[in-house]
Amino acid sequence: MAQTEPQSVFRLDRINALILVAVFSAAVLLYTKWAKEGKPLFLRKIPGLDAVEEAVGRATEMGRPVLFVPGIAELDEIETIAGVSILGRVAKIVAQYDTPLTVPVRYPLVLAAAQEVVEQSYIEAGKKDNYDRDTVKYVAGEQFAFTANVNGYMMRERPATNIYMGAFFAESLLLAETGNAAGSIQIAGTARPEQLPFFIAACDYTLMGEELYAASAYLSHEPIMTGGLKGQDFVKMIIVICILVGVALAIFGYGNWFIDSFTAS
Amino acid sequence: MRTTIPIIVAFLSGLVLALAPFFREDNWFGGLKQELTEWLIIVGGFTLLLGVVSITRVNWTAVTRRKEGWGYKVLTLVAVFAMAIPSVLSPEWSTLFGRADGSIYDWLFVNLQSPMMATMFATLAFYIASAAYRAFRARSVEATILLITATLVMLWRVPMGEWILERLPGDIPYLLNTYIMGGANMAVQRGIIIGAALGAASMSLRIILGIERTYMGKG
Repeated sequence: MAQTEPQSVFRLDRINALILVAVFSAAVLLYTKWAKEGKPLFLRKIPGLDAVEEAVGRATEMGRPVLFVPGIAELDEIETIAGVSILGRVAKIVAQYDTPLTVPVRYPLVLAAAQEVVEQSYIEAGKKDNYDRDTVKYVAGEQFAFTANVNGYMMRERPATNIYMGAFFAESLLLAETGNAAGSIQIAGTARPEQLPFFIAACDYTLMGEELYAASAYLSHEPIMTGGLKGQDFVKMIIVICILVGVALAIFGYGNWFIDSFTAS
Repeated sequence: MRTTIPIIVAFLSGLVLALAPFFREDNWFGGLKQELTEWLIIVGGFTLLLGVVSITRVNWTAVTRRKEGWGYKVLTLVAVFAMAIPSVLSPEWSTLFGRADGSIYDWLFVNLQSPMMATMFATLAFYIASAAYRAFRARSVEATILLITATLVMLWRVPMGEWILERLPGDIPYLLNTYIMGGANMAVQRGIIIGAALGAASMSLRIILGIERTYMGKG
C-alpha cells in the first residue's frame, strides 16, 4: 500500500506573505513605540480632513444639519469600521457646535455600533442631553432603497454638509450628485478605486484609499495613533524599492526568481 | 471592564483571522475562520430586530407628530410589515405565506421592489452625464488631457466608435488598450490598491492591539 507523506498544518506556500505581515507588524509597533516615547513624527496634511471642522462650522452658521453616511457595507468590512471611527471624531465636533447630525445606515450591526459611537462622542463633548437616539437610523437593507431614502432626505432637508466615509458601490454617484444639486459641501472617502472618480467629480474633497484609514488617526491628533501611519509609510517605501528592483532585474532578464518570491498561491 | 472585554474579544478574533490564512483549512485552527464568519452571521441575524425597531420608531414618530411628508412614512411602515410578516409565516398555512413563487412576498418583490430598484439604478446614466460634464470641462491643461483621453476611451468602448477608430490610420484601439488602460490607468489603480491594502492592514493592527478604539465609542 502506497504511503502518503503527512501534510504540514502550515501553508508553507504562503510563507512570503507571512514574512511581509511580520515586517509590517514590526514596523507599525516600532513607530508606535517611538510615538509613545514622544519622538516627533511628521504627517502630511490631508485637506479633506482639515475641511471637516470648517464644513461643520458652515452647517452651524446656516442652521442646517450634517449628513454622515458610513458606507453601505456590513461591519465586517474594514472600510465600514474606518467610517464608523471617523463618525466618532465628526460627532464630537458636531456635538461641540450643537449642530444636528443625521446618520443613515444600511445594516443593523452598523446601527448598533454607530449609535454607541455617536452617544459616546456627545458624552465626551459634555453634551449628553443633546444626544438623540434617532440621530443614527436604519433606513433600508436594499442598496437602492437606501439610496432613494438618503437622496430624498438631501433634497428635503438640504443638509449643509455631507460626509461619505466607507465602502460605496454603484450608489456613490447617485448620492454625491444629489448632494451637489442640493448645494451641500461634500467630503468623501473610500478605498474602492472604481468609485473614486465619481466622488472626485461630485465632491469638494475626496480621501483616496489609504487616506480613509488614516482619517481617524489624523483627526485624533494623538501621537500613538500616528505611529501606525508611519509604520505603514515605511512598508510602502520597501514595496516601492522592491518594485524598482523587480523592474530593473526584469529588464536585464534576471527577474523571474525575484517576481516568483512575491507570487501568492 | 466595559472596554477591556471588547478589546480582548477584538484581539483574539483579529489574531485568529490574521493567522488563519497561514494554516490549512482542514485543521482546527484553519477552520476557525469559517467558524467566526458563521458567528458573525448569527449575531447579524439577532441585530436585525434592532433595524426593524429603529425604522419603526423613526417613522412612527414622524407620523404621530405629523411632520412634513408623514404620508410617505405611513407607506414605509406599511411596506416594511407587508413584506416582513407574510414572509416569516409558515407556507404550510397558506401558499400566500413564505417566500416561494406565488407568495405575497414574492409578488411584492417582483412587481414593486425589483422594478423600483432597477429604476433607481437606471437613473445613474443621467447622473453620470452631469458629473462627466463637470469633470471634463477643459479649464486647465490637466482637464484638457483628461477630456481628450476620456473621449477616446469612451469612443473605443462603443461599437460605432470602435468601427470609426479602426478605420483611422495607426492602431488607435491597440494604443488605447496598451498605454492608457493597461499602462497609466492600471498603474494608478494598483498604486491606490496597494496604499489602501496597507492602510487597511495598519488599521486592523491598531484595532487588534486596542490602539484604535473609536469604533466601540472610545476616543
